[in-house]
Order: sequence, then C-alpha cells, then structure tokens
Amino acid sequence: MTTSERGRKIEKLLTGIEGFDLVTNGGLPVGRSTLIAGTAGSAKTVLAMQFLVEGTARGENGVLVTFEETPADLRRNVLGFGWDVARLEAEGKLAFVDASPRADEERLEAGAYDFSALIARIGAAVRRVSAKRVALDSIGSIFSQFKDTAIVRRELHRIATALKELSVTALITCERNDDYGDISRHGVEEFVADNVILLRNALEDEKRRRTIEVLKFRGTRHQKGEFPFSVTDNGLIVIPLSAIELKQKSGTLRVTSGSTELDRMCGGGFFRDSIILASGSTGTGKTLLVTAFTAGGIAAGERCLTFCFEESRGQFFRNAAGWGFDFEQLEREGHLQVITDYPEVMPLEDHLIRMKQAIIDFKPHRVAVDSLSALERVGTNRSFREFVIALTAFVKDQEMAGLFTSTTPTLFGGTSVTEAHISTICDSIILLRYVETSGEMRRGLTVLKMRGSAHDKEIREFTIDGAGMHLGDAFRNVAGIIVGAPTQLPVSTR
Amino acid sequence: MIDKLRLELFVIGHSPRSKTAVDNLRRILDSTMPGEFDLKIIDVLEQPQAAEDSNIMATPTLIKRAPAPVSRLLGDLSATDTVLRGLGIDSTVPNKDDDDNK
Repeated sequence: MTTSERGRKIEKLLTGIEGFDLVTNGGLPVGRSTLIAGTAGSAKTVLAMQFLVEGTARGENGVLVTFEETPADLRRNVLGFGWDVARLEAEGKLAFVDASPRADEERLEAGAYDFSALIARIGAAVRRVSAKRVALDSIGSIFSQFKDTAIVRRELHRIATALKELSVTALITCERNDDYGDISRHGVEEFVADNVILLRNALEDEKRRRTIEVLKFRGTRHQKGEFPFSVTDNGLIVIPLSAIELKQKSGTLRVTSGSTELDRMCGGGFFRDSIILASGSTGTGKTLLVTAFTAGGIAAGERCLTFCFEESRGQFFRNAAGWGFDFEQLEREGHLQVITDYPEVMPLEDHLIRMKQAIIDFKPHRVAVDSLSALERVGTNRSFREFVIALTAFVKDQEMAGLFTSTTPTLFGGTSVTEAHISTICDSIILLRYVETSGEMRRGLTVLKMRGSAHDKEIREFTIDGAGMHLGDAFRNVAGIIVGAPTQLPVSTR
Repeated sequence: MIDKLRLELFVIGHSPRSKTAVDNLRRILDSTMPGEFDLKIIDVLEQPQAAEDSNIMATPTLIKRAPAPVSRLLGDLSATDTVLRGLGIDSTVPNKDDDDNK
C-alpha cells in the first residue's frame, strides 16, 4: 500500500460486472456516488441496470430512480439480457422510483418548489427493500423537466447529500454532448465530483468503438486510460487490457508442431505455454501448418480448438481429409472443436469474448487461429492491437500452445498489421515464403524466432503433397527470400 | 361542468413551503368557488406510495384530477394567475388586486 492510501483507505464494492471490477481496482467506492457520463447510446442505462441486477445476485438489493424511461419500458428493454426485473421486484430485491415525465398531463410551475418528494420517495424505496445499491438514470433529463435550472442544480446537490446519508453506493448516469468534450451536459459532475467514469461510443474509421475510462476516484486507485467494452447478450463486459497480468511462465515442456521435421527445426517442438505466429502470403501452406498442428496435438492425446476465419467448416474438413485427417470424426469424438465465423459478423470485442468463452468451455490443450489477420479488417488499428494483446494474454494464461497465422498482403513477403502487433508478444515466428528459382516457384520455411531455445536458422524448402507437409534441404544459392526479392546467386559463391 | 373540481395537494410534513401552498390554494378556492371542490392534502413523508403512484418529484405539487384534462401545478401556488389557468377557472372571477405579483 502506498503512503497516499494510508489512513484513508476507501472500501470498494465489487459490482460483479465482468472486467469492470478490474478496471476500477475492485469496484465502486462504498457509500459514495459515482457519475457515469456518456453520449447517447453509450450503454449508460445497461450499466446502471446491470449494477443493480448483479447486486441482487450478491444479496445487495437495489433501487432504480428513472428520470427518462418508464419502469415498464425498462423492464421490457432489459429482458434481452436475461434480466427478469419484474421477478426481482416481486421478490422485494429491486424497486423503482418512477420520475419519468408524464406526457399526458399539462404541467405548470406556479411558485417555489423543491425535490423533497423525490428525496422522500428514494428514502422510502431504499428502506422498503433494504437497498445497498442505488442507480439514478439519467439525471440530465431533470433539466428538461423543470424551467429553473438554478433550482434543479440546488436540488441535485440535495439528492447527492441524501444518498450519502442513506449510506448506499450510488451510480448516477448523465449525458455528454460528445465523446471527447465536457464531462457532462449541465455540468452535473460538480454535484457528484468525487468519482467520474466515462463511457464512450466513438466512431473511428467508420467503426464504432466502445470504451470505458475511470476519470477519477477520489482517494482511491483505479486503472488509467480507456478500456474497450462490449454489450453482449448478458450485458456489459469490460476488456481490461493493461490490467491483464502477463504471467510469463517459462515452461520448458515441449509439444509437437505436428511435423517431426519442423519439431527438429524448433529444437524439439513448440513450447507448451507459447504463442507461435506463422506468417506467409496466400497459398504458402499456413492452413496446412494449422492442420498439422491440430492433428499432431490430437495424436498426442491433446484436445484442440481451431478457429477458422478464412474458410468454411466444409472447406477446412475437405482440406484435412485430403491430407488424410478425418476432422469430422475427431470432432464428434470430442478431441477437436472447429469454429468458423465470418470476421464481419461482429465487432472485434465480441469476437474476443466469444473466443475466450469457447476456450473456457472446451478447455483445449492447444488453440489455432487461421488467420488472425482476417480479423484486421473488422476493427480499427487500435482495437485490433488491443484484441491481439488480450487474446494472446488469455491463451498464455491458460497454459496452452497457440498457433496463429497471418496472411501477408503481398505474395512475396512483406509484413501485415498482425505481425506489427504480435511479433513482440509471440514466442516463436515461422515465416512461409514463395521462392522463385530458375523459372520455378517453390516454397520456403524458416524459424525466425524461438524464444528460449536454439533453432535451425536455415531457410528450408517446404513441399506439400497428398501426405501433408515436408521440409527438405536448405536453399543454398538463393538470397533475399525473406525480404521478398529472391535472387539466384552464382553457384561458385555456394 | 358536470364533474366537481377534484384536487390532490402533495406536501412535505409541516414545512413553511407546504403551509404557504395550502394557504394560497384555500385563498384562491374560497374566493372563486367555495364548497364546490374536493381537496385531499397528502403528506409525502406519511404516504410515500401515494407520491410514487403519482410520480411526484417536486413539492408542493397540486394535481387536478377532475374535470379533465388532468393537470399538475408545481410550487407554492403563489402565482395566482397560473393556478387559475391550471385549474381551468375563468380568470375574471378572482379579485385581481391581490398580492400575487410580489
């Protein structure tokens, strides 16, 4: 514990929202209000409701004060997340305070007023269900309900004070005009200034990117910067990138690559807890490498999970059958799971969540992704980088071997975005290249990097036939293969 | 009018603002249609559920339930003209020399 924390340690309340508790270093400050500011459609209401629903699962009941949508609308809108709010209300675990505007009534202001009624109702609801958590959604719309903003500001201040006296942990949402502007519309943050969290839904390169940032937590620590999040069928999931602990296990256990020749080149196989990147242009044999890796693992008694983003299941199975592997049968027997998806079907954050879930569910010993670079086009450069980091960190954490392929943009080498992001994270790099010699197109393979092990540094000829892959002799009289400009050397130079 | 004027006034305990609202309302009603109304005064502290059912945020709040349309008046009802308009009472009836513009 640092000296700044000494003597005034602020307790935190675990919200139960995946990833959120990591980014906030343990949840929301207990007994305080936290402002959640975000633009329209930034999932403020989902977060507010999830905070309360997760609370009820932990024996902490909740009250939702709604200023915008009616309770009936809210109940209906969150059903899609599997949250049965009506049941929670019937069980006395959740209560609404309905402060949504009544459109069917004429409304006039005829003298001085205050929000004592609202404060009394919040207090009554909190006592009725013994609430520990309160959410106010969304506070900015009070300003459109009342004419005198000075009164509204004064009364919001009273509400904040009242929440403190009720000793509940509160989450207050409010609108922002844009993702990188003032903290909130109407300057609401001055009433609940202690803790501020921003939700963003920014448009970058024509793609939506949702992030969450803890702007400030008075007197207590939190993770800095923006973290991507996704709104899934089960609510919001935050992806805590830098909060992921990179436990670099230096395991010495070797597993087969599926090719005895490649194992030999790698100094005895891949390391079990390692990420291997195989890079090459289209047709150089990446999918074959994945097939061999998959089949080799299964032959050694391992379970294998393979993600295909370039080919359909049928295609992948047909290819494997061509090399003598019956993947359909192996999948039926539970040794293998093949998941094929078009990259475009969902944003990167959702891909990550689905892949992680598949890994957790299937519990494989090895994972292959063919190809990782196919996912490049789904997100922005930045979100792709975050995706790669999060995926590799997760795979490593599971003590599995991971083979990821990357398709280079040009036929003769070159680097892809995938490589730029992953090359320092991965433990081994295998390059596959076309080699043009004497009017003939051949394939070359080299192990560029093998962390923690000696390896063959030669560029070997790589051939593919009906029996799979074969590694032959090294190219002796060709230079410039890896940079993509092979030139024949005079034989005399050897 | 077929319907009798039916009113609900939501207040908080015995706060000065609540008292002002009750006094203002009685003064206006007495000078316009004595006896022709039904007024219920509801203390939000004693009956929070009643406030919940009617979405009461601010106090004092006066709701005119009948005759239609339902209308809602916020505040201590010191703006007599607004109150008369909200209640649908012909504004020529009350004595205009009142102190409602102070």
